[in-house]
Amino acid sequence: MTVLVDRDTRVLVQGITGHQGTVHTRQMKLFGTQVVAGATPGKGGSTVEGVPVFDTVRQAIETAHPNAACIFVPAPFAKDAFLESVDAGIRLLVVVTEHIPFHDMLTMYHYARAHGAHVIGPNCPGIAAPGKSKVGIIPNVILQPGPVGVISRSGTLTYEIVNGLSERGLGQSTCIGLGGDPVVGTDFIDALPLFDRDPETDVLVMVGEIGGTAEEDAAATIPRHFSKPVVAYVAGRSAPPGKRMGHAGAIIARGRGTAETKVAALRAAGVEVARFPYEIPEIVGRLVASARRR
Amino acid sequence: MVKLAEWRGKELFRKYGVAVPVGQLARSAAEAEAAVRSGAVPRPCVIKAQVLAGGRGKGGAVRFANTPEEAGAAARAILELSFRGEKVREVLLEEKLPIDRELYLSITLDRAARTPLIMASATGGVEIESAAESTILRVPVHPFAGLLPYERRRVAEGLGIPTPLAKAFDALLDRLWAIFVAEDAELVEVNPLALSGERIVALDAKVIIEDDALFRHPEYAEVPDELTPLEEIAREKGIAFVQLDGNIGVIANGAGLTMATLDVLAEVGGRPGIFLDLGGTDDPAKVTQAFLLMAQAKPRAVFLNIFGGVTRCDTVARGLIEAMKQVPPETRFPLVARIRGHNEAEGVALLREAGITSLSDLRESVRAVVDAAGNPPGGSA
Repeated sequence: MTVLVDRDTRVLVQGITGHQGTVHTRQMKLFGTQVVAGATPGKGGSTVEGVPVFDTVRQAIETAHPNAACIFVPAPFAKDAFLESVDAGIRLLVVVTEHIPFHDMLTMYHYARAHGAHVIGPNCPGIAAPGKSKVGIIPNVILQPGPVGVISRSGTLTYEIVNGLSERGLGQSTCIGLGGDPVVGTDFIDALPLFDRDPETDVLVMVGEIGGTAEEDAAATIPRHFSKPVVAYVAGRSAPPGKRMGHAGAIIARGRGTAETKVAALRAAGVEVARFPYEIPEIVGRLVASARRR
Repeated sequence: MVKLAEWRGKELFRKYGVAVPVGQLARSAAEAEAAVRSGAVPRPCVIKAQVLAGGRGKGGAVRFANTPEEAGAAARAILELSFRGEKVREVLLEEKLPIDRELYLSITLDRAARTPLIMASATGGVEIESAAESTILRVPVHPFAGLLPYERRRVAEGLGIPTPLAKAFDALLDRLWAIFVAEDAELVEVNPLALSGERIVALDAKVIIEDDALFRHPEYAEVPDELTPLEEIAREKGIAFVQLDGNIGVIANGAGLTMATLDVLAEVGGRPGIFLDLGGTDDPAKVTQAFLLMAQAKPRAVFLNIFGGVTRCDTVARGLIEAMKQVPPETRFPLVARIRGHNEAEGVALLREAGITSLSDLRESVRAVVDAAGNPPGGSA
């Protein structure tokens, strides 16, 4: 196990018969992920991209033995699908679905926690360990194995940054898209220890954005609890207060969650903060080189 | 987010059994005067502008009256006001209660702890942001257990609720919690909450309903909000669209990339005017819709920044070319495109054939769009 997923990860796709579910099942398989089952109520007995589909998660587990779920189920039904998987014994859940009400997510998060399950998302690109496995929708073409860990609240901005890293030959150990919602299963502060323990990660890239205090909370733990160099970028410096900038969680509310406070907290924690996304590969390149010398 | 005006919030409070002052809504001075004359609103009374923006007290939007004539005059004056561009269309007339103490009470989401959070302060009537941290009591509520009696007692104790009012306070907090959960609220705030003799009364009501939960609350579909008319159209079409102060439009895919693009634009002296996030779509029809919407906002220039991961660059390029054909000539704008990633070469070639500049470097393309908008760095349009 590197960070949450490896070659032994066996994925159940919930909502596999929908457009997104089908497209990304194919992409996951092309990446080398073991997609072993799909679940869509009423569609049991069919196959999608060669993957057997079951009516219930329990049937899928008995027959195909998945240990992770990737959820594409539409928002109004996502809570049900999620709880069904946790209840049936799945302990890693990646929720790609967007627009899940946060009241539902509160139930989902605490239910998973009570069962010792790990949640990534919702409204997220998922997790990928190049050369090993991918659960979610991070584009295959931009990923390359290497020593750089990436955790991000964004989707396409992450793709752009990861692509920039790969173009410079800076491959990735594991990339996690945390998602842009106000309540997420895994936040920076939850992901940091996983990358700290991961022997394959030398340098960590954190991509944050306005809203909430996830960056500040992470910054508070980095000096004492994270031993590797960190490079960060925070999107939304020019965003006005009170406006939701595309992500439900990206809002400067009541004077909190500005880019300035996040950047200041990260700098104070010894994190190198890039002013622009395109500066990241350059900084990472330098840090990887010096990490290797050590 | 659906922000309810005070009177709507108070209707909700009444429905759940939270005490509010006796009051009535009026849309004209005559209606206001009649409401007081008929006794529907007891005297003396308070007249409050019904706008979503805060800071009404300082802006002359809250007035007092002792007679029907005074109430009419106050309503007339308030109905002529605007707050941050929002014209006052309604006033709420209410009985003016004797106040012993004013408190602050709210239920909101603690993102970091992933729990609902009760915030209470014995200093009500001022914005909670300006209250000293030491005066704010925070009580997290576990979503499984719900708000328990001991937690309500803790809040009551923190606020120094006098014993004779303890029962009423307990019921009030329990009902506010019921609103937060059952209505899928992201904020239920009472500021001030008044201790008035034997009663506890919500003098104001601020309720925000979560957008993503509206599928189970169709009753809020008709509630007006703070969106501009174009933002409203965008919401109906499922496009994330935010109007800002500047004159350059930005279309990108994904919220983070769109924000980052605005940041780079601002850095080189451009003034972002429109944030348009296409999201994960590569549906050419949606790209076209987005462009038509952008054209209506009349930007000086537009920058399209796409990173094709799941989305294919050639699909976006096709949608873009189609869209530019449909934009009426009088609203055409200079366009700089940067499309990178999956099928980039095909996309760039398509754009070139259609006469659309496509640059691959972010800095260079942002400078090109600022030039196209024709405003010198830091200057105004």
